[in-house]
Amino acid sequence: MYEFIAFYIFAISTVILFLITVLSKNVLYAMTSLAGGMVMISGFFFLLGADFLGVVQLIVYVGAVMALYAFAMMFFDTTKDVKEKYNSPRLVFLLGGLMAVVFVVIFSAPIIGENLQVASPITNGVGNAEAVGIVLFTKYLVPFEVAAIMLLVAMVAGIILAGKKMDESLTTTVLPLVDKESEDEILKKESR
Amino acid sequence: MIGISHYLILSGLLFSIGFIGVLRRKNLLMLFFATEVMLNAVNIAFAAIGNYYGDLSGQMFAFFIIAVAASEVAVGLGLLIVLYKKYNTLDLDIISTMKG
Repeated sequence: MYEFIAFYIFAISTVILFLITVLSKNVLYAMTSLAGGMVMISGFFFLLGADFLGVVQLIVYVGAVMALYAFAMMFFDTTKDVKEKYNSPRLVFLLGGLMAVVFVVIFSAPIIGENLQVASPITNGVGNAEAVGIVLFTKYLVPFEVAAIMLLVAMVAGIILAGKKMDESLTTTVLPLVDKESEDEILKKESR
Repeated sequence: MIGISHYLILSGLLFSIGFIGVLRRKNLLMLFFATEVMLNAVNIAFAAIGNYYGDLSGQMFAFFIIAVAASEVAVGLGLLIVLYKKYNTLDLDIISTMKG
């Protein structure tokens, strides 16, 4: 009964929060609701018995990734509302709805098929974090190391990309637009 | 008792919300948020199926998805900052150079 109540509270709040993320015009509102939705998603992991995954979701997603977004937003002007031009909003929602139907069918196929084999069963009498550690450092050791190298490469890439010309202010200096029309205007002014 | 179908339907719903965001957004930062929504939806599906079959592989894949998402955000935000320095905007209609 409590699982039922918890599931529906988490489900309704994630759907609403992610809808705000997707439909909001303000970057700050979108980011805050995304962080809230990720906290709610960690609730599903605790409900499913994946305690360690829930903790990782809280620390990595809500802690690290959202902090990274928050710091990156200092580079952009986020106080103004985002102006976006929509070409065909109805088509987008139609495709999204179709996508939902297709995914429900795809996800319910293995339930109907019922012939999946358990590759690494959950051992009894061991906590979730311990069981995850046993599987991660035996069966998934190579992917684990590859993921570590990937994170290192990503860190180097992030530092190099964001660190160049860090001393120049982005919001106070007005950079020239590099589109065709303004380029032509500049060329005309120079020719005069 | 909540069955696996509840989790999978919720996961499909959240993935479609993220998909609508990817199709709809023109601001690159907002597009990143929509991809995060999609990644989280897939994580729920992995954890639910792993729980249903008593299998830890689902959780493992969710861990690797989280690692990929973290590195994607690090590199992607670096690229966004470079783009913003170059064009002074993040709007895809202005940034796009190919006329298609």
